[in-house]
Amino acid sequence: MNAVLLLKNVEVTQGGKRTLEIPELDVRKGEILVILGPTGSGKSTTLKLMAFLIKPQRGEVFWQGEKVHFPAPLSVRRSISMTFQDPLPFEGSVFENVAFGLKIRGIKGEDLRVRVEEILELLSIAHLKDKSAKRISGGEAQKVALARALIFHPSLLLLDEPLASLDPLTKKQLESELYRVLKQLGITCVYVTHDQEEALSLADRIAILDRGRILQIGAKEEVFFKPNDVKVARFVGVENLIPAEISANEEGLATMEAMGKTLEAVTPFPPGARVIACIRPEEVTLKKDGVGVEKISARNQLSGKVLSLETLGPVIKVSLDCGLQIKVLITRRSASDLSLKPGDTVLASFKATAVHVIPEDEGE
Amino acid sequence: METIGQGIIEAFKLIGSLNPELLQILFLSLEISVLAVIIAMLFGVPMGTFLGLKRFPGRNLFIAIVNTGMGLPPVVVGLFVFLILARSGPLGGLNLLYTPWAMLIAQVIIAAPLVMGVTMAAIQGLDERLKLQILALGANTLQFYLKLMKEARLSLIAALAAGFGSVISEVGAVMMVGGNIKGQTRVMTTAIVLETRQGDYSLAIALSVILLLIALLLNLIFTYLQQRRSS
Repeated sequence: MNAVLLLKNVEVTQGGKRTLEIPELDVRKGEILVILGPTGSGKSTTLKLMAFLIKPQRGEVFWQGEKVHFPAPLSVRRSISMTFQDPLPFEGSVFENVAFGLKIRGIKGEDLRVRVEEILELLSIAHLKDKSAKRISGGEAQKVALARALIFHPSLLLLDEPLASLDPLTKKQLESELYRVLKQLGITCVYVTHDQEEALSLADRIAILDRGRILQIGAKEEVFFKPNDVKVARFVGVENLIPAEISANEEGLATMEAMGKTLEAVTPFPPGARVIACIRPEEVTLKKDGVGVEKISARNQLSGKVLSLETLGPVIKVSLDCGLQIKVLITRRSASDLSLKPGDTVLASFKATAVHVIPEDEGE
Repeated sequence: METIGQGIIEAFKLIGSLNPELLQILFLSLEISVLAVIIAMLFGVPMGTFLGLKRFPGRNLFIAIVNTGMGLPPVVVGLFVFLILARSGPLGGLNLLYTPWAMLIAQVIIAAPLVMGVTMAAIQGLDERLKLQILALGANTLQFYLKLMKEARLSLIAALAAGFGSVISEVGAVMMVGGNIKGQTRVMTTAIVLETRQGDYSLAIALSVILLLIALLLNLIFTYLQQRRSS
């Protein structure tokens, strides 16, 4: 494990309120760690802490294995770079903005010019070089902010919701461009967002932060498909959280009762355990009753009525009443193939492995 | 009306003739005021930046003093400097009273709080996150301050204009500590007062017109510096 930065038992108190409490959080060399959490969860505070811009009231911060005393030495601060949700352009041209980080490190002349032009090229904004940084579009400004943060090849790049204020199209484009640049330069990055889609497309690892605490941290598949608890499940888009009781368990294949329905899942929970069955809406497939007779391999099949259809861009969210309510995401095409409308009877099916089982949350 | 018209004609005649006495008064005025504003900026901008950024005990009292200083009546400054530099005063031994140095000291005291106050407001008005952004890119303390001043450039030029405007047009203090001695401490404003008292209105008007032209010219330069990026 190659930790670039490590937070240990840190606590941050702001205005008499504890806003952050992290027993341990490491950032590994070369990874993109996404911190996902709602507004006010302490995401930005975590980043400022990692940038050594604020001092924790308690705990320790290690940089490349060595404990850092506050105020952090300039050499440590200079290995780290951070951008904010707003691009915060400086006065002057795009070139001058991007050159700032190099200039303050004593680089000038031809070397400076070449390096600035290289990074502008890399982010495809070379044509903006002489424009005033305050007079370009939001997406362009965000790219300038990224170029400004990347130019001195930081060992750690901290990005605070860099795409949050952009329109959806620009956002998608910049997201993939950002991913390409980060991986191309091999930069270690901590990326803060409240957007689970962004997290899913950028992250190597994801940490879920809520009210200043990390609820779960792990590889993105693990967090998205195997959330620890209901809160995390909700946050990563598991829309079907069904309370159930395990009735039998044969070598890990459990049967459970949920509001009169029987579900099957792969889980070690013993009979009698009260649990929550988590099913991601995109893991459920729909068939219209009587249409098509081919065998369905999925172990869970529930017949139900369509309550409503909601269009979400390229996909459609279908709400079903199968005795218990289930939300399903299907493509527009399948919706029109099935000619779905409210009131229709459909068969919802999902695999036993698509059901992630967590213990019933005592707090809920 | 006739007097004013005559005065204006006289003014241009005087300017055209490059009257040595006029030139001497003009240059002394500019010399003292420009130097005073430069000193006030050198002192006031860092102080204003510091006040705008740091929190320390007694800061509010200090700010209140600066704000009072921004509206300080020049004659009060004149009296204060006079008492200090007078032969019986604490710095009487330096023999600075009735010299351009005394006028310079008075003008610095008038301009410095203006520069400080405007700078402080400008630095405080900058986006809090911009300050973090500069640090987050690796600036050291000096680089951080310099960058902030650069970001507040528009307001700092306003501070320069305000400081200069207040001292070039000021008469009470320079009269008290300079004494309006011909060839030594006579400047534009004191000369205008004198000529008016003596009834030489056309010369007074001529001097006023020149003073106004200088103010206009300098403000054109300031405006150019301030607005060149915005166009």
